[in-house]
Amino acid sequence: MKFSEQLEARYSEMLTHYPVKRSLLVPFLLYIQDEFGYVTDDSIEEIAKRLEISPLEVRNVISYYSMLRTKPSGKYNVQVCTNICCQLRGGEEMLGHVREKLGVKVNKEVTSDGIFSVEEVECIGACSWAPAMQVNYDFHENLTPEKIDQILDEYRQKAVQE
Amino acid sequence: MADVTQNATENVTLTVNGRTISAPKGTLLIEACKQHGIEIPAFCYYPGLSLQGACRMCLVEIEKMPKMQTACTTPIAEGMVVQTESEKVVQARKATLELLLANHPLDCPVCDAGGECELQDMTYKYGAGESKFIDIKSHRDEQQWSPIVFYDRPRCILCYRCVRVCGEGMDVWALGIQNRGQGSVIAPNKGDSLDCEECGMCIDICPVGALTSASYRYKTRPWEMTHVGTVCTHCGDGCVTTVGVRRSETGSEIVRCDNRDRSGINVDFLCIKGRYAYDFAANPERITTPLIKRDGKFVSATWSEAIELVAAKFRETLAASGPQSIGVIGSNRTTNEENYLLQKFARTVLGTNNIDHHRTADFPSFARAIAANKAQTASMSEVATAPAILLIGSDPTEQHPLLAWQIRTAVRRRSSRLYVVNANEIKLTRQASHIAKIAIGTEADFVSYLSGNTAAAANLGTAPEVLEKLRDALSAESGLIIVFGPELRGEAIDALVSYGSRIGAKFICLADYSNSRGAADMGLYPDLLPGYHAIAGSSRSALAWASKVPATPGFDLTRMLDGAASGAVQALWVVGSNPAARYPENTAFSRPFLVVQDMFLTETAQHADVFLPAAFAYEKAGTMTNTCGDLQRLKKASDVHGVKSDFEIIIRIAEKIGADVNELVPFRGHTFADAGQSRGAQSGEADRNAVFTEARGLASRTSPLDPLITLDEISKLVPGYAVSRLDLAAGNMQRTELVQIEPAGIPSHPEMVEPAGNALFTSGTLGRYSTTLNSVVEKHRNAIEPIEAD
Amino acid sequence: MANLVSHPDEVKVVSRRFGQGATNLDRYLELDGYKAVRKALEMGPDAIINEMKASNLRGRGGAGFPTGMKWSFVPKQSAKPKYVLCNGDESEPGTCKDRLIFEHDPHSVIEGAMIAAIAVGAHAAYIYIRGEYRYLLEIMQKAIADAYARGFCGKNIFGSGYDLEVYWHGGAGAYEVGEESALMESLEGKRGIPRIRPPFPAVVGLWGGPTVINNAETLASVPHIILMGGKQYAEIGVERNGGTRLFSLSGHVERPGVYELPLGFNLRKVIYEVGGGIANGHKLKAVVPGGSSVPCLKPEEIDVALDFDSMMKAGTMLGSGGIVVIDDHTCIVKFALRTIQFYRHESCGWCIPCREGTDWLSKSLRRFHAGAGVAQDIDNIRYLAENMLGRTFCPLGDAAAMPIIGFIKKFREEFEAHLDGRPCPFGQHAASALPVLSH
Repeated sequence: MKFSEQLEARYSEMLTHYPVKRSLLVPFLLYIQDEFGYVTDDSIEEIAKRLEISPLEVRNVISYYSMLRTKPSGKYNVQVCTNICCQLRGGEEMLGHVREKLGVKVNKEVTSDGIFSVEEVECIGACSWAPAMQVNYDFHENLTPEKIDQILDEYRQKAVQE
Repeated sequence: MADVTQNATENVTLTVNGRTISAPKGTLLIEACKQHGIEIPAFCYYPGLSLQGACRMCLVEIEKMPKMQTACTTPIAEGMVVQTESEKVVQARKATLELLLANHPLDCPVCDAGGECELQDMTYKYGAGESKFIDIKSHRDEQQWSPIVFYDRPRCILCYRCVRVCGEGMDVWALGIQNRGQGSVIAPNKGDSLDCEECGMCIDICPVGALTSASYRYKTRPWEMTHVGTVCTHCGDGCVTTVGVRRSETGSEIVRCDNRDRSGINVDFLCIKGRYAYDFAANPERITTPLIKRDGKFVSATWSEAIELVAAKFRETLAASGPQSIGVIGSNRTTNEENYLLQKFARTVLGTNNIDHHRTADFPSFARAIAANKAQTASMSEVATAPAILLIGSDPTEQHPLLAWQIRTAVRRRSSRLYVVNANEIKLTRQASHIAKIAIGTEADFVSYLSGNTAAAANLGTAPEVLEKLRDALSAESGLIIVFGPELRGEAIDALVSYGSRIGAKFICLADYSNSRGAADMGLYPDLLPGYHAIAGSSRSALAWASKVPATPGFDLTRMLDGAASGAVQALWVVGSNPAARYPENTAFSRPFLVVQDMFLTETAQHADVFLPAAFAYEKAGTMTNTCGDLQRLKKASDVHGVKSDFEIIIRIAEKIGADVNELVPFRGHTFADAGQSRGAQSGEADRNAVFTEARGLASRTSPLDPLITLDEISKLVPGYAVSRLDLAAGNMQRTELVQIEPAGIPSHPEMVEPAGNALFTSGTLGRYSTTLNSVVEKHRNAIEPIEAD
Repeated sequence: MANLVSHPDEVKVVSRRFGQGATNLDRYLELDGYKAVRKALEMGPDAIINEMKASNLRGRGGAGFPTGMKWSFVPKQSAKPKYVLCNGDESEPGTCKDRLIFEHDPHSVIEGAMIAAIAVGAHAAYIYIRGEYRYLLEIMQKAIADAYARGFCGKNIFGSGYDLEVYWHGGAGAYEVGEESALMESLEGKRGIPRIRPPFPAVVGLWGGPTVINNAETLASVPHIILMGGKQYAEIGVERNGGTRLFSLSGHVERPGVYELPLGFNLRKVIYEVGGGIANGHKLKAVVPGGSSVPCLKPEEIDVALDFDSMMKAGTMLGSGGIVVIDDHTCIVKFALRTIQFYRHESCGWCIPCREGTDWLSKSLRRFHAGAGVAQDIDNIRYLAENMLGRTFCPLGDAAAMPIIGFIKKFREEFEAHLDGRPCPFGQHAASALPVLSH
């Protein structure tokens, strides 16, 4: 199990933040996820070993936080907010539109080409600019179906080019 | 959780439901109320485990607090005014129960916990019988996590007792909480399975039927069982286990063992063996009729045939070759009364000192060393409250699970210091404040080092500063308990006791089986009488019957086997022991006339000429002494048709030989009724009849088969065994002491000590007949990847 | 990046550097940056706390606890290190104000946290930012690094001899972590389960040390208070409610956005003047004035001052300052369902009333909204919610129960309109429903 140089650097830096090393667990798991696409079994073992806690403890923590996943998502995880403020301004319709466009039905489903996954999420803090979604960490706000089409097309193109 | 009440001296007075109560400052409200008979319900609160405040059942109204407060997290305060049963409180409890029941499967009619379920009990008390909910319950399939543990999420109320007892109590940390909200589950450490000590603590502590055991689930209803608290038959720690039995075609069947009786020295604790390793009792290989070997094959016999044959053979051998030609090997698992009777019979009826047992600790040396210092042995209970513990050798987690629990408890709840001196990295080092890893076999050198011989440090292979720090810290301790394993024997024990005495320490000498200490105390030695009187010494006259005992020591176990091989020993009587398994190469067993009393055709029993099927601990009454010297009463829980207790077998052989039974067991009168053994499973958890009769001096001592008559003799004649039968009958532990009159004269033979090498999932020969233990051993064997594939 | 809006009624204190490029440290310094912390070092702890008390600043996270008093609870002497923890786990539906602070003025949060640390004698401050706000975490990481590069943080800050470390920390998706004791658990690398209180964080907090926990907006207000003086800040607001607040205006208004208004500002004015009135020419049906956790107000109840005490009197709460405006084309049952689904998803599951209560409320409301409701449901839902109130391990249970009770009390007829198999009068069937959280 090897972390990239960048991730190792992040780890070393974060270690200096806290009097107790396990404290870096939550944000670091998200960095692990960024590197591998999800928190892999190997990385759970690795981080548990480094922090001197049990892998079970790590899994207990992972399963608590909604952003952390132990299975792959699409390359671009489209997270559509349907919470109250987005709902009032068409959030559910936007989710429906994304699902229809990408041909997925159930929550967290990954498209067959692996480029997208679609997740219905709780409030992402874009209430005044609703409806909104995040693609990975990027915010897209004041959505309309047309705007969504354009955004998703751009991501698809980016994925194809890479 | 710290023992908040420990150092409190100040009392606090408060008002609960209009009553004025007081309790030490720092006491939690729920505990203060309990002490005064006011019950506050709770699921998640469990004494001794960390506080959760999760179930909200213990909400109470406290004056001047706007919201109801959890009694389990609120320390009492002077002048506090509390309502624990107000309308508001009762409604809150009812609503919480309604919510729990909304998703609870309500499969109570088939649930293991039905009838013993805290959720049922609380619903019964607070109502919530009518459901307001019509939506579909969430379901998850039941999971099997190990050969022992099953988890049924829908039944789970998430009180987290299991998680805490596994982590905080057992230091195993195999259970976690995963997901959140309604999706929360208890999760095992290996994804879908458990890698743990399989103790079953999580199952017993579960207030509902969410965690169930493979051995008990769907077997019976709790009210169909009789519950008898008796002493576990496995290791030397002496846990009380409550045996649940019900009638069956073969007599009665043990359906489970659990920790229902929390009054034992083990309080909350039991390990896998105490809970689940009772199943050998019903192993199909168990023999329930006497067998006589004819033409090399066993044939069934009646008890009279078998006993008469044994008696005749013994008489014949005595007449032809004298007492030296008979050897007797006793057991580490039979009762004190049986051991006492066996050696008394061997010595006074057969007239031989050829008696021994499998020695797993050097008790004679310990007795000799401790003799001059009365009350220097520590009880098992004292360990949990000791301010400091020095552990030399052994691996209590594997070999003495209760001791390990007691040590952890002391460290966890009282911040006691633990000093570990061991050649291996044992698990308890996690609790240790000082660790000295020493070279294998240098435990005696360590003792020598402690005693001031700094040169001995050279042999230990331990950094000098580690040793120095440990030694200096130890010397500053008061109230130290020194626990040592079979690694220390002979003079090393003398040296250790001498060191410890200077700093006022107490001692525990570890032996491996349930009554190893009792076997030693009762004189299953060729050169020691009960109470460690040397055969040849002058103090033996304290034993009334000693005049009949030959003054020369008999053969020890090895010499008996040598004698059997050479023909010098012509009859060998093995009671509840399996020496052939320890000496597989030895052909001596097939030569003499061999009588074996056991449950199974063990390696030894295969060679027997007569096999007498014996009852085991849970099927008889008597007492056992744990490795610390705690004497506890065994109560007869179950019964299997055909078998007899070793006590009865000895008496029957004695009678047929023509001995005066009344001299062996001084019963009054001449009836031959089975008075002591018959109450058994009907006696209930507290033997009320016994308590009543003992208290009034009405106990009938009318049968030679009542082992408690022998206990009377033991308590009169054996030094340190003057115990109260009334206290015993009430279920209390009695301390015994190692008190000798002539300590200098106690012979010891350290070389004869051979540790059993049992681990958490093994228990000598007996363990091999336990399906449960085997399944766990198998699982763990498979979990270890083979080093070489072939 | 979120759009900035502006309205003449605004009083810009916390937002005065928004859109001014203040993420750049030099620019921040030009705009009076890091002056307050220098001043605070000269003032010393007692004077800072007195100034804070005079400011009548009350916690901007939602509970509205007086900040100066909170700081004064921290023991002067402590065997264990003391800490300051900035709560930037903004997750309350309807609230998106901290986001703007982190985006436009990260140094003000750092500076506020430093002043808090000086006031209580802490030598380390942590700035916790929710996981979804990754771009803000990156802005903060850079801001902290820049501040260190100038020697503003670390050893001997501003030559004062005072050592003060400032660290960033990120979350990974959990509303519950916004509760202060759960926030500490999360920062310690654990599941975000709240702690038993007492002891309160000011006495036993992070790693057992006394800890001050303040919302990001609260801390961002601190440098301004130190510079302008507590009394002057207090005068911006109303009695016992000092200063301004960032109100997140959302829902069916013409001009949603984050507006900084003095406390005590009239709610009707916010909706009809600042927000430009109800969008699409519709009429106001209800407003949820303090983030999703508070009881709603009906149109006839909105002549109320936006301060903690007046809102309490009006039977609701100022909460996190998230004002969600609902028009008359909206199904309240559906809105209630979406609200409870959120709490069901975010309940940590620790205690029974919250874990089971949010689940059953969610189940019942979903069936009810789908047209399978029975008359008894309405009372049952209310009974359920009322029996969660005040009985849960942390305030999340109350947050879930209060809005539901409010909707039933105030819009019972709309619930009744869903009965007898009648479809939703607004034709709004729940299009989506969150499944049980699982991995």
